[in-house]
Amino acid sequence: MSVGRFWLLRGISLFAAAGSLLAANALIAWLRATGWVDDYTYRVIMLCGINILLAVSLNFINGITGQFSIGHAGFQGVGAYTSAAFTLASIRWFQERGLAGTSLGDQILLASAIVVGAVSAALAGLLVGIPSLRLRGDYLAIATLGFGEIIRVTILNIEAVGGARGLKDIPILTNFLWLYLVVFLLLALSRNLLVSVQGLGFLAVRDDEIVAEALGVNTTRLKVIAFVLGACFAGIAGSLYAHFDGYLNPDNFRLEQSIIILTMVVLGGQGSVTGSVLSAILLTVVLEWLRFLPTITLGGRAFTPSELRMVFFSLMLILLMLWRPKGLLGQKEFGWMVLRQYWRLLRT
Amino acid sequence: MKRGGLRTILWFGTVLGMIYLLGACKPLQRTGGTVSTTGDIPVGVYLSFTGSTATFGESTYKGIQLATEELNAQGGINGRKVALHAEDDRSDAQEARSAVTKLIQRDKVIAVLGEVASSRSLAAAPICQQNRIPMISPSSTNPDVTKVGDYIFRVCFIDPFQGTAVAKFAAETLKIKRVAVLTDVKNDYSVGLAKYFKETFTQLGGQIVVEKSYSEGDPDFRSQLTAIKQANPEAIFVPGYYSEVGTIARQARELGITVPLLGGDGWDSPKLVEGAGNALEGSYFSNHYSHESTDPVVQEFVRKFKQRFNGEVPDALAALGYDAAKILFDAIKRAGSLEPAKIRDALAQTKDFPGVTGKITIDAERNARKPAVILQIKGKQFKYVTTIQP
Amino acid sequence: MEAFLQQLINGIQYGSIYALIAVGYTMVYGVLRLINFAHGDVYMLGAFVAYYIIVGLQIDKHPSVGNFVFVLLMCMLVCAVVGMLIERLAYRPIRHAPRLTALITAIGVSLLLENGGIVVFGADPKYIPTIIEPAQAGESGLFVSVGQMIMLVVSLVFMVILRFIVMNTRFGRAMRAIAYDMDAARLMGIHVDRVIALTFALGSALAGAAGMMVATFTSVKITPLFGLLPGVKAFVAAVLGGIGNIPGAVLGGLLMGVIEAFVGGSALTTYRDAIAFLILILVLLLRPSGILGKAVTEKV
Repeated sequence: MSVGRFWLLRGISLFAAAGSLLAANALIAWLRATGWVDDYTYRVIMLCGINILLAVSLNFINGITGQFSIGHAGFQGVGAYTSAAFTLASIRWFQERGLAGTSLGDQILLASAIVVGAVSAALAGLLVGIPSLRLRGDYLAIATLGFGEIIRVTILNIEAVGGARGLKDIPILTNFLWLYLVVFLLLALSRNLLVSVQGLGFLAVRDDEIVAEALGVNTTRLKVIAFVLGACFAGIAGSLYAHFDGYLNPDNFRLEQSIIILTMVVLGGQGSVTGSVLSAILLTVVLEWLRFLPTITLGGRAFTPSELRMVFFSLMLILLMLWRPKGLLGQKEFGWMVLRQYWRLLRT
Repeated sequence: MKRGGLRTILWFGTVLGMIYLLGACKPLQRTGGTVSTTGDIPVGVYLSFTGSTATFGESTYKGIQLATEELNAQGGINGRKVALHAEDDRSDAQEARSAVTKLIQRDKVIAVLGEVASSRSLAAAPICQQNRIPMISPSSTNPDVTKVGDYIFRVCFIDPFQGTAVAKFAAETLKIKRVAVLTDVKNDYSVGLAKYFKETFTQLGGQIVVEKSYSEGDPDFRSQLTAIKQANPEAIFVPGYYSEVGTIARQARELGITVPLLGGDGWDSPKLVEGAGNALEGSYFSNHYSHESTDPVVQEFVRKFKQRFNGEVPDALAALGYDAAKILFDAIKRAGSLEPAKIRDALAQTKDFPGVTGKITIDAERNARKPAVILQIKGKQFKYVTTIQP
Repeated sequence: MEAFLQQLINGIQYGSIYALIAVGYTMVYGVLRLINFAHGDVYMLGAFVAYYIIVGLQIDKHPSVGNFVFVLLMCMLVCAVVGMLIERLAYRPIRHAPRLTALITAIGVSLLLENGGIVVFGADPKYIPTIIEPAQAGESGLFVSVGQMIMLVVSLVFMVILRFIVMNTRFGRAMRAIAYDMDAARLMGIHVDRVIALTFALGSALAGAAGMMVATFTSVKITPLFGLLPGVKAFVAAVLGGIGNIPGAVLGGLLMGVIEAFVGGSALTTYRDAIAFLILILVLLLRPSGILGKAVTEKV
């Protein structure tokens, strides 16, 4: 392929991607205006996007590089709190200049908040990534778990960001376009990384660290990069979340949240980017869908969906894992090939 | 797994997914503010039925259920029954927002009752405010909750009032000078109450000799209590929930701390003495009402509650849930309409409502104004000591 | 000085709870390399079984050593059965899948036990009536809780028994063989499934015993989430001591308890959980395989 043709194809695919993103945004806006997508559905769509970011970013660390981290909610928390604090601190500056509330001002504010969240979370990732060089497997897991808890307890003790009461009145700036633009960028980055020389290095670290090192892969550097990259995108997810819900509480970033993100990665298939996307959507939607269960009467006692929702959720999680022990997609990626196979399976 | 089984699951999953997608995209009936004139009246409830504070959600819901069943047995409001739509929020703020969005958008509720924890009320209240649906929190005590907007109400005390009340009682009635404070650091109720207690108590000339904290779920409080013992206080203020206070009291007595413990309405539960045994004898806490009150409203409530829930004695959360629901129903009756805006106006005008937790008047800040009572634990019973007016 | 000693005692007592849970955790891990997240919830079940037996049979009215042992054995039995069931249904089918798969089913089982517990037992806290009325500490004396001393002794006894089983019995040798190489062990004629099932039964029985003793002796509330926090901290303790190492689990548990007691009693009380984890991370940086764990050099 000539160089010119390569760039032409690149350009076309970029245009196509940007076009479809804008088209999706227009579609959502139209559906919301007509009432086909109400606030609730919209919320589920947005939460799916945030969870996709979290799952795919943890996939960098757990899936692709094979490091075992269960403190991802900590990075999300760092990103969420720093960006929200930044917005709350700088909104006056914007107001004084008449920029707040205007479309342009809001975009600038959100963009800078995302950058703040991303940078601070990436720094936190660096902080955790360096000791990770010494620790392996479950010991690393415990160190990251501990780190996540340290973050949560620290936030709990900072009166300026609300402590146990939580941080409220964060301007709501995140919209569909912003969120899914970031999702798109992250997916593109993941995909390009996986087919690049660097990316093969990550996979080599996962599959056999010693062989990788012997072959001249700088495992130390790659592991730290994976941590920083994963943390950075978790921070971005956190900042987008903070400006979507407008309220943060240290409890949002407790161990359970880290475990849920980990579950998304493993359920999707470790290392599979599209698998993480799929399972992030699946878990988010199912948890909401279970609210619509009917009331079940058993032995004279009525069980409401609010009681049974989490029971069904945990059962479903176990069954899914037993059904697909390597995750929904294994280490494969979802593409047209898989769709074709799926169709064939349905037909036979 | 055999190929046949796999295929069944695939088909099943596909069909389920399609059904869900269709269900999710069901077009809305844009009713444009008009509320249907037939059928049950939909009222939303969002509480923590699972997760770390599940027990508070369960208790509150029992109170709400009792009030609703009573109302429906009497024929409902203008012949229309109230249908409760309860959603769980897993004790999580993000889920609380999802739950309330679902209640408003899908169940078309005309009012929302909920949350116990201020953090979750703060998370979900903006959604109610934005959709102009009145929300009554039964027991979120943080002052910020009702500041979210003019559609947000509460029927409980706010932290400044209760913290001040206990501080005044300690300083003026008990004539105590040195107090230690033990808070639940994860719990905004506990932190808030401690903050206002400390402010008032030091203003009244008292001294906070030491401050310690624990986390909900800890099995052992001896290390904090040992430090408190060293400081030699005359009383220990423990603004936590009954579930931990019993264990704390017991371990304090074991360590040789004999001074009384002080607390807030989070203590009110028959479970308190069950957990504490004799360890809380002589301790004081503030509450909304006294169980031994001769007020027929209280007597009637306790009797009905026991009858409905297998002899269980209601705690403060159940009583507040009951009152929140009652005040809502009263407002709907007075509004004479199911329009949320009219219900809101009626709620704001609530005056001297004879609730279980006292005569409730909703003030301009949409908080409940009602007196607090101080109770003392004697012979494993809660004995009335004094009343503190707002 | 007196405060220092008292805090040390508090810490050891506190740590005895962690130690008791961590011993079962570490044993299952040692054989299967599986982080059995549901261990804390089996511990919770043990507490509930104890509660229902004691309240149902009114054992608190007739306390005797025989009755205690009876309740303890019942809890261990029920939990052993539950543990074997969990292993059979949720772990055995995926034994050859990647390690994290089993972790996720373990999380699923843990969620199921917690939320199922809320539906079955209710979320309201339950208390076992006090059986040993606690002795009061004297004017200047140090206080030692009888119940928690029993727990400490029992966890040490369990540690010795377990170590004996693992090191000196046929069953223990089979366990170690499986831990070393499961396929080779199978070829050597070891009933792998049976040994693993028994390992789970043993580990879960220990969790049940821990749940029973904590619930009976510390007057703490019993809820369906009873095992969540202690479970996580016991796991941390097991890793701190060197996961898979039984004396290490006891040491790690006691150390965690002592650290938490000292931080909890200090001026940094609100940072207690954070500091406990910070120290943990520092220890791990100095000894990446835990205090008593062996550093494993990887073979190429």
